[in-house]
Amino acid sequence: MAAWPGATIQAVSAGALRDNPGRFALALLGVVLGVALGVAVHLINASALNEFKLAVHSLSGDADLVIRGPRAGFDESLYARLARLPQVQAASPAVESEAQLTGRRETLRIIGLDAFRAAQVQPELIAAMRDQLRDLFDAEALLLSHSAAQWLGLDVGDTLRVDVGTSAIEFKVVGLLPPGAYRQRIAVMDIASAQWRLQRLGRIHRIDLRLRPGTDIDTFQRSLAALLPAGVLAATPEAELERSADLSRSYRLNLDMLALVALFTGAFLVFSTQVLAILRRRSQLATLRVLGLTRRALSGMLIAEGALLGALGSGLGVALGCALAALVLRHFGADLGAGYFRIAAPALHIEPVALALYWLLGTAFAIAGAAVPAIEAGRRAPAHALRAGDEEEGLKKLHTFRAGAALILSGFALTAAPPVNGLPVFGYGAIALILLGTLLLMPALAVMTLARLPAWRFPPAMLAVAQLQATPRQVAISIGAIVTSFSLMVAMLIMVGSFRQSLEEWLTGMLPADLYVRAARSGDAGFFTPEQQARIAATPGVGHARFMRSRNLLLAPERPAVFLLAREIATGPASATLPLVSAPYILPSQAPPAAWISEVAADLHGLRPGDEILLPLDAQPSLFTVAGIWRDYARQTGAIVIDRETYIAITGDRLANEAALWLASGSTPREVEPALRERLSAAQSIEITTAREMRGESLSIFDRTFAVTYALEVVAVLIGLFGVSVSFSAQALARRREFGVLRHIGMTRREIGLMLGCEGALVSALGVGFGLALGWLISLILVYVINRQSFHWSIDLHVPWLALAALAAVLVAAASVTAAWSGRRVMSDDVVGAVREDW
Amino acid sequence: MLSIRHLNKAYRGPGSRLMLRDIGFEVAAGEYVAIMGESGVGKSTLLNLVAGLDLPDSGSIAFEGSELTALDDNARTLLRRDRMGFVFQAFHLLPHLTVAQNVMLPLRLGGAAADHSARLTGDMLEAVGIGALAAAYPRELSGGEMQRVAIARALVHRPRLVLADEPTGNLDAESAGQVLAVLREAVKRNAGAGILVTHSAAAAATTDRIYRLTAEGLQRSGEQ
Repeated sequence: MAAWPGATIQAVSAGALRDNPGRFALALLGVVLGVALGVAVHLINASALNEFKLAVHSLSGDADLVIRGPRAGFDESLYARLARLPQVQAASPAVESEAQLTGRRETLRIIGLDAFRAAQVQPELIAAMRDQLRDLFDAEALLLSHSAAQWLGLDVGDTLRVDVGTSAIEFKVVGLLPPGAYRQRIAVMDIASAQWRLQRLGRIHRIDLRLRPGTDIDTFQRSLAALLPAGVLAATPEAELERSADLSRSYRLNLDMLALVALFTGAFLVFSTQVLAILRRRSQLATLRVLGLTRRALSGMLIAEGALLGALGSGLGVALGCALAALVLRHFGADLGAGYFRIAAPALHIEPVALALYWLLGTAFAIAGAAVPAIEAGRRAPAHALRAGDEEEGLKKLHTFRAGAALILSGFALTAAPPVNGLPVFGYGAIALILLGTLLLMPALAVMTLARLPAWRFPPAMLAVAQLQATPRQVAISIGAIVTSFSLMVAMLIMVGSFRQSLEEWLTGMLPADLYVRAARSGDAGFFTPEQQARIAATPGVGHARFMRSRNLLLAPERPAVFLLAREIATGPASATLPLVSAPYILPSQAPPAAWISEVAADLHGLRPGDEILLPLDAQPSLFTVAGIWRDYARQTGAIVIDRETYIAITGDRLANEAALWLASGSTPREVEPALRERLSAAQSIEITTAREMRGESLSIFDRTFAVTYALEVVAVLIGLFGVSVSFSAQALARRREFGVLRHIGMTRREIGLMLGCEGALVSALGVGFGLALGWLISLILVYVINRQSFHWSIDLHVPWLALAALAAVLVAAASVTAAWSGRRVMSDDVVGAVREDW
Repeated sequence: MLSIRHLNKAYRGPGSRLMLRDIGFEVAAGEYVAIMGESGVGKSTLLNLVAGLDLPDSGSIAFEGSELTALDDNARTLLRRDRMGFVFQAFHLLPHLTVAQNVMLPLRLGGAAADHSARLTGDMLEAVGIGALAAAYPRELSGGEMQRVAIARALVHRPRLVLADEPTGNLDAESAGQVLAVLREAVKRNAGAGILVTHSAAAAATTDRIYRLTAEGLQRSGEQ
C-alpha cells in the first residue's frame, strides 16, 4: 500500500495539535525548561573560564614561560640570573600580594611591575597604563582596574587602605586602567614600591620570560629546573591557566552535572508525555492504518511530531538559557555566590557549538520519547488497537526488565573505576546507568507492587486501585517521572546533608580553643612577631596559647600550591590534635621528621603514610616522613602540618599568623578580647573570634556555596512535579468519557475527584518510595565516589530522615491535589458530550 | 411515577435551534415505553433531561415526588445513582474493570456491602445470561455480551426507572433481539418503569407504548 501524501499526514498531525493545544504547550514547556537550565549553567561556567583565560593572558602577555614561587616569594637575585641566560630575550619580574583591605572582609590582589621590563613581555597591559606610567613611580601610588574601582567605590585621587603585618598602610589611586584592559579586580604599582610598602624587600613572586625565536620551550623549561631554588617552578602560561581553572573545575563539573540532571528530568518529562499522548491516540492511529496509512508512514508521522516538539522547545530553551545566563552573570557573578571566581560581572561568552549540542540533545530526547511508542503503534495490528483498553497490551510488548537490570549492574561496576583526568566521569556514568536502568525496571516493579495493593471498600479508592492495577505499565511511566526527579533530589539532600554534618563535626574537632586571634582576616600580609606572640600569651585571662605559622608551598608545577601549617602537635597520638583518617604511622628512629598531610594533598601528590616528601621550606628542600593523613575541609588545594619547632629549626622563621587561646578558668572571651586589643594596640587588622563564631561563619559560607545546588535541585523537582501534573492532566483529558459514564451511573463530582486524588496519592507514593531507595543508592555514589574523586576529601554518610520524610509528604500531597484538580477541570465540561466522544 | 410537562430545550450558539418544544408525557410504575424519531430530533436530549444530566430551559420533570429541575447537580446525581439505571448505545463499560466490577459499581457507589454486592451481581449476571463471564474484561467480549453487561449494570441495584438510549444500535439482529428481551424482562421483574429511545420499529415494538418525537413535539403512537 502506498504511503499517504505528506499534506494529509500533516493535516492529521495538525488536527491532533489543534485538538489538544494545552497538552502540546505543556510538553513544549518541559523541553524549554530542561534545555534552558542546562544551557544557562553551562554558559555561566564557560563565561567564567573565558575570564580566567583573559586574565592569565593579560598578565603573562607574550610570555613563553612563567617562573612562579610560593606565596612568600623567592629571592629577587633569581631574576638577574635568568635575564642573563642566552635563550631569554626579555624577562619581567613581578611582586604579587593578596592584601587584606582595611575594615573589609575581602582581599585585593596587588601586582608590582617593572614598567620598562613589563613593556617587553606584556605590551598590551603596559599600553593600557601608558598615560599613568610616570605617576606610578610615587611609592604611594597605584592604579586600579575598572572593576576593582567600581567594587571598592573608589576613584582617581581617593585613598586605598590595606593591612600589612598588623598595621594599615595607605595608597593613593592615581589612575584607572581602561575598562577593557583588565577585567579582574586588581591594583598595579611599581615593583620597588610594592616590595617596600608590602614588606617584601628582596623578594619577588613571578618572572615572565619571553624566549628568543628558535628556542625550544620544553627543552629550556627542563634545563631551568636545575637553576631554580626549591619551591620555585617554571610553567607555560597554558599550564598556569589549567592550574587556576583546576581550583574550580570540580565545582563547575558538579554544576554542569546538576544542569544535566535538570535536562534529563525535562527530557524524561518529554519522553513520558510523548509516550502517553501516543498511547491515548491509539485508536485514532489504528483508524488511520485501517484507512490506508502505512506502518512506516504512521511511525514517521509520530516521530516527526516529536522532532518538531523537541526542535521548537530546544530552540526556545537555548534562547531562554542564554537570557538566564546573562541575567545571572550580571546580578550574581560567575560563581553563583560560591566564591570561586573573583570576577566582577563577566561578559557572557557564547559557545555556538555547545549551544548546538544542547539543542540537539533536547531534540534527540523528544524524538526518542516519540519513537518508542510510535514504532510500537505502527507494529500493532489495527484490529487490536481499535479496541478500548488496548494501550496496556501495546506496552506489554516492550520488554525492558533485562536491559534495566544489565544497566544497573554496569552502573555498579563503573563505581569502581578511577577518575579520568581528575574528574569522576565514571561516577556520573554510574549514576546515569543506574537511573536509566531503574526506569527500565519500572514497568516490572509497577506490575509487581500494584498487584499487591489491597482491595479497598471505599468506592472511589476501589476504582482508583482497579484503574492502576489494570494499567500498570502506563502507571510506570508516571511513576518514572517522579522517581527521576525525586531520587536525584534525595541523593543531593543526603550528600549535602552528610557534607554539612561532617563539616560541623570537623569544625568542632579542629577548633578546640576558646578564642582565635588572626593577624589578618585573610590574605598573606598579616603576621605576629615573636614579641607580639609573647604579649598575647601573657595577656591576663589567657591560660594557654598555641601559635601557628601558615604559608604556601609549590610542590609540582602542574598542581596548585599546598598550605604548610607549622603548629604545635600535642604530645601523645597525633589524632588528639588532627582528625586523622588513616592509621597513624609510627616513625622509625632514624626517619626524617613527621608531616601530616591532608586527604587532598595525599590524593593530588600520590602520597601515603610512610612515604618521604621534600618540602621547599628554605633554599634547600627538607625531607619529611608522611606520618598520617587527616581530613581537611578548609584548604581544597591540600595542606601539610609539621611541628612548629621543627619548622623554626629549619627556617628560623618565628612569625605566626594565628593564635589559638585557651582561657584561664573564670575568664570569658568578652573580658579577654579588650585586653588583647589593648596589648596589640599597634595592630589594627587583627581579628579575634570565638570558636563558635568561626564555626557559624564556616557553616554560613557552606550554605552560601550550596545555595545554587539547592536552587537547581528545586528546579529539578519542580520540573518533575510539572511532569506529574502534565501526566495527570493529559490522562484526565483522555478519560473524559470514563468520567462521563461514571457521572451517568451516579458518581458525584466529589467522588470522581476523590478517585483521582487516590490515584495521584498511590502513584506518587510509589514514585516517592522507589525514588527514596534509588536516591539513597545514588547518594552513596555521590558521597563515596564522586565527592571523593572531585574534592579528594571524605565525608561521613548522614541521612536527613526528617527532611526526607517532610519532602516525601509534600510531594505526595502535591501530586494528589494536582491529580484531583486536573479531574475537576475536565469534569466542569459537558457530561453528556463526554460520553458521546468517539475518542 | 414520571411526569413531564411543557418541557422546552434549545441549543444555543452557532446553528442554535429549538430541540424540544412543549414536551409532556407520563410513565406509570410497571410501564415500559419507547420514544422513536429521526436522527437529531432530540430523543437523547429528552432522555438526558429525564436522567437529570442536563436541565431544560423551561418545564417540569417530576420523578417519584421529586422535581428534578429544582435539585442541584449533587442531588440529581444521588437520585440517578439510587433510582435510575442507564444503558448506552456504545455500552460504555469501564475497560479497566472486570465484568463483575462493572456491574457491581452502582451497588458499591450506593454503599452496599461488598459481599452483598457480589451476590446481587452474580445473580444479575446469571439473569442476563453471562454468569460465566464475570472475571472477563470488556475487551474480551462480543458486542452482544457487552450490552448484556451494560444492562446488568443498569439493573443490578433495582432502579425504579431504566433509561436505554439506542441499546441495540451497535448489535446484529439476533443479539439485538436477545438484549431487548432481557431489558423488557428486567424492567417488568423489578416492577419499575423503562424508557427506550430508538429509531428502530422492531425495538420499539417490544415496549408497552410508543411515542414519536418530531420537530413539532411528542405524539403518542398507540398502545401495544
